[in-house]
Amino acid sequence: MSGASAPRATDRLVRGWTAFVIVAIYLPILCGVLASIGKSRYFRFPVPQYSLEWWQRTVDSIEIGQLVRTSLKMASAVTVIAVVVAFLGALAYARYEWKGRKLYQKLVLLPIFFPQPVMGLALLLWFNALGVTLSWQTAVFAHLVWIVPVVTLVMAIQMYGFDPALEEAAFDLGASRLQVLREVTLPILWPGIWSGALFAFLLSWGNFPLSLYTTGPDTSVPEWLYAKMVAGYTPMVPALGSMATIAAAAILLVASLALRLRRRRAEP
Amino acid sequence: MAAPDATMHGDAAPRAERRLQVLSIGARCAIPVYVLLALGFLAPLVAIVGFSFATPRGYDAFQTFTLANYAGILDPANTVWVSFVRSLVLAGLTVAILAVVAYPIAYGLARVFGRRAGLVSLLFVFPLFVSENIRLYGWVLFFIKGGVLDGTLRWLGLPGGPEFLFSPAATLFGMVYVYLPFMLFPMTLGLSTVPADLIEAGRDMGASRLQIWREIELPLAMPGILIGMLLTFVLAVGAVAEAKVLGGQSIIVITHDIEIAFTYAQNWPLGSALAVLLTILVGVLTFFGIARLDLDRILGRR
Repeated sequence: MSGASAPRATDRLVRGWTAFVIVAIYLPILCGVLASIGKSRYFRFPVPQYSLEWWQRTVDSIEIGQLVRTSLKMASAVTVIAVVVAFLGALAYARYEWKGRKLYQKLVLLPIFFPQPVMGLALLLWFNALGVTLSWQTAVFAHLVWIVPVVTLVMAIQMYGFDPALEEAAFDLGASRLQVLREVTLPILWPGIWSGALFAFLLSWGNFPLSLYTTGPDTSVPEWLYAKMVAGYTPMVPALGSMATIAAAAILLVASLALRLRRRRAEP
Repeated sequence: MAAPDATMHGDAAPRAERRLQVLSIGARCAIPVYVLLALGFLAPLVAIVGFSFATPRGYDAFQTFTLANYAGILDPANTVWVSFVRSLVLAGLTVAILAVVAYPIAYGLARVFGRRAGLVSLLFVFPLFVSENIRLYGWVLFFIKGGVLDGTLRWLGLPGGPEFLFSPAATLFGMVYVYLPFMLFPMTLGLSTVPADLIEAGRDMGASRLQIWREIELPLAMPGILIGMLLTFVLAVGAVAEAKVLGGQSIIVITHDIEIAFTYAQNWPLGSALAVLLTILVGVLTFFGIARLDLDRILGRR
């Protein structure tokens, strides 16, 4: 930026506006935390008496433990499958030049450009037509339809920066295909794979519209929260919501730190 | 930028082996994604098309053919098309508001924040990992009587918060809130493709700031901005959680009607016909939006 005073004023406005929007984005999350640490059953602000009772009851609840296990199971399965499929998908997207690539790049975008509740309902009907019994496994499939394209893009963006000459050099030095993959390609692409896995896990963990119609009798955390918001509010709703949020933030933080540490070690 | 071209000779597998394989390595890598899209995206859409031509309230897809479901939707006596119009208007307003809200932030991410841009974008990505009903419910706690806003105003000795919740305006507010990242990131990608030298050159030649914006920045960033608008529109037109949680069902949006047909009403053919109409709308918009897009250029630039 050149040092003229007019652009500086614009920059200040831009900074101020961005800060305001960030505060607005996190404000409702903060409200949830506030509602979960009051003693009374119904939320009132200013909170008359603070207490961690509802957090305690949420942690002790057997029903909620079950929900968390279902959500974790789903997010883990989605992550493992999505990373493998999307890694190959990203190679096809950004690494190799092939005949149908331009079309493929656009087809991958289609599930992202589609309203998720409608997709969830269409999948519900499709599973029913097939006679498949709904469970957390069908929801994993539903999540994959949306999450694999997202993770493919996340990994592809990384792969654009990959220099294929490195692979070629390894081949010229007599390395086998597997050796090249294990010792050249994967280590370089590791940050992309890592962020792809992180996206897969967290997007599945927080997904509501796809789970709502495809889990059948199983219930994920966001689904339970929604059911209780509609009927049967207790402060366990904001308590569990806050816990889910804090868990996601912790995972994101640890993963980013690990990535940064790894990068620092890689650069001497 | 040169990377995609360089990959053309990247495959150093022995020639004989390559000739044996009918599909190139790139195509083979795409197979799992294609299988997933065929079974999980295309097939459900085919299924709803099939059901949309079945007898109303029946389950005999692909065996009967009737246009009764579509005729029912177009019937002026039926008000379901009102939900359609409502969803379109809400989505249009969401896009317009978000374009104004997100542009300065995208500009900041592309040219003002510098090294801190990564952290700032992380702050905007994170809400995507928190399910939208948790975040929307937080707004309910904020706006509700005796909630954060009302309580704060009363504490200050003021008359208290406005009646905002459970109105169409609250629905719109929720949509703007939820879809912000989907407008912001494509916009930022678009603005990042504008070379700083070009703006510098324009300035050196005496262009005013308005001229630079209108004649250099905006046209060059347009592909990204349009993608953001398109993405936000197609997602918002199918949105339902906002109308239920913040709107308190004061208005019924189209996806809510589809959901009612699929669940309580047990009228799959009607729900399917509505979903097909929505899919056609989204599909046509998306097709024209991304048909001529050069994704290598947009995503490949670092």
